[in-house]
Amino acid sequence: MDAERITEKLNILADAAKYDVSCASSGSKRKNENKGLGNASNGICHSYTEDGRCVSLLKILLTNHCIFDCAYCVSRKNNDIKRAAFTVQEVVDLTINFYRRNYIEGLFLSSGIFKDADYTMERLVRVAKKLRTEHNFNGYIHLKSIPGASDELMREAGLYADRLSVNLEMPTEAGLKLLAPDKNRQDMINPMSFLKKEIIQRTEEKKLFKNAPMFAPAGQSTQVIIGATPESDQQVLQSANYFYKNFNLKRVYYSGYVPVLIDKRLPALNTAVPMVRENRLYQADWLMRFYGFHVNEIVNQQQPLLDLDIDPKLGWAIRNMQAFPVDINKADLQMILRVPGIGLLSAQKIVSARKFAKLSWEQLKKIGVAINRARYFIICKSNEFERRDLTGNNIKQFILAESKSKYIKNTQTQLNLF
Amino acid sequence: MYSLIYDGTFEGLLTAVFEIYDRKLLHVKLIKGEWRSSALFEEVLQIITDENRANRVLKGLCKKLSAAGLQRLYIAHMAEMANEESAIVGFIRYVFDTDQNVEEDYGNKYVMRISEIIKMVRREKHRMEAFVRFQKLKDETFYSAVEPDFNVLPLLIRHFKNRYTDQKWIIYDIKRGYGLYYDLHDIQYISLDFSEVNNPTNVITAFSDDESIYQHLWKNYFTSVNIVSRKNTRLHLRHIPKRYWKHLTEKI
Repeated sequence: MDAERITEKLNILADAAKYDVSCASSGSKRKNENKGLGNASNGICHSYTEDGRCVSLLKILLTNHCIFDCAYCVSRKNNDIKRAAFTVQEVVDLTINFYRRNYIEGLFLSSGIFKDADYTMERLVRVAKKLRTEHNFNGYIHLKSIPGASDELMREAGLYADRLSVNLEMPTEAGLKLLAPDKNRQDMINPMSFLKKEIIQRTEEKKLFKNAPMFAPAGQSTQVIIGATPESDQQVLQSANYFYKNFNLKRVYYSGYVPVLIDKRLPALNTAVPMVRENRLYQADWLMRFYGFHVNEIVNQQQPLLDLDIDPKLGWAIRNMQAFPVDINKADLQMILRVPGIGLLSAQKIVSARKFAKLSWEQLKKIGVAINRARYFIICKSNEFERRDLTGNNIKQFILAESKSKYIKNTQTQLNLF
Repeated sequence: MYSLIYDGTFEGLLTAVFEIYDRKLLHVKLIKGEWRSSALFEEVLQIITDENRANRVLKGLCKKLSAAGLQRLYIAHMAEMANEESAIVGFIRYVFDTDQNVEEDYGNKYVMRISEIIKMVRREKHRMEAFVRFQKLKDETFYSAVEPDFNVLPLLIRHFKNRYTDQKWIIYDIKRGYGLYYDLHDIQYISLDFSEVNNPTNVITAFSDDESIYQHLWKNYFTSVNIVSRKNTRLHLRHIPKRYWKHLTEKI
């Protein structure tokens, strides 16, 4: 092995892959069979980069040669950068050796498009196939579906991979047209709907025949870049909601645009990465998936943007003061979940604990409720509760005044184009 | 106030609970360790671990708790967290003194404390599953040294045994002086004598030839995936506190 050459390739191809934010390795249930190597179940973050993101998978491109010229992408055809390509065997060796040392949960393999979609997809599938069949590797494999790849290849990919994903890139079709004129949204949607049908069908089969092969057990996900085009949060979240509902996606990732290229269609190079906005979008995403919120409750025509100062649940609460106060000792779980400062686990603990005795502030605090936010919205076993007739705005001011936000206050609002 | 001195085992703890009920003690403090006659102002009772008595208490607990609840109690004790005996004894007494199953009565301070302990132990276990870094030795054994905050090695067996079935491996807790060894068939508890091994030349010659290459590649990978314009040291440190760094290949 030429260590120097491999190191250089790894540096180039890991660097090019890092803007794909997904690093999830959960949701699969692949067992270690026949004394092979590895398994995949709940997902583990083996390390964290200095920007605080999880490192769970060996995330690399097979190559950064690309025939496309997408404005937002470092690997775009007309960008003057070093190019490299791994061989199938090199990726396999890296994966196995990293995995054996407990560095990673598995492989996330993506690629620039060289020649055409099928040619590229075929190579990605070959890596996964080799890992599974020749090395008895049962760790996690996430393959990127190349837009426009044939159904046949997608089917094969699903047999070896745990998760497949097609990046929508831009939240709306118009955004995509603007920045990635070579790409076509329909080419991304086709493999998604193919996979959705296939996953449903295979799951049915699996119910009937226990030894039917697994097919992409961790489902599919996608990513949208935010802050490169002028979509509102409403457009972003509604688009996410649409894909959750219609394509059974496991996750939609929101990737704050990191300005790496000079292009008059893009935010200037010195624009800050919209990290706060990205965080608020994830919070909103969680509200939709786990807290029973409808997308229109979070953003709508009157409120097309998320408030960057406060989380979207608090935002909803202060716009809907008529729903409060909630009696912690009586309200049903769904309503407790809507109280700012109470998370999923705390809500479940509350519902369990109150069967034994009514709960007071002291106990709620112990259970893990953020009292400084929740206290404006709940009553419990105590005579002390918020008696003032506060407006939503008052509450927001009180909470902001006593909280030390992890983000510096009044950073940029929405994006700053040009 | 009675001070009960016990040997630190779970059976010892259960025997102590037996004594508490047998002697109708009200205020007690459980202390792990040797008999010391220095306590001047309180009464001290030495608990001699007794399997029969421990079993009677265990049987009682089985009736009152679910299997998962009992397991949680066991894990909470095994973690060897300093000065948590009183919470564990308090929990057991609350279980016996109440008719119904109180496992989920999070309004009770003992139940809540056990739940917090379990949360800390689980997090440490999960961290070890993440932060173990194997180094391949000449004889094809993959070796890793760890220093977990709590005693979690026994909890790691299932995970690592399921995952690495076709390679020999050792996970060694330097702090507590014992480790797990998988020999391609079974797991054994082992303890190593480091007086020889600690010699730096011995350490390096013990590694397989490709070990340094993969460590180098992994460090490079770790640097390459970082996005400098998103630097967030606080978050980074929250995820990997500094005390874990010395055993992490990418942070050395």
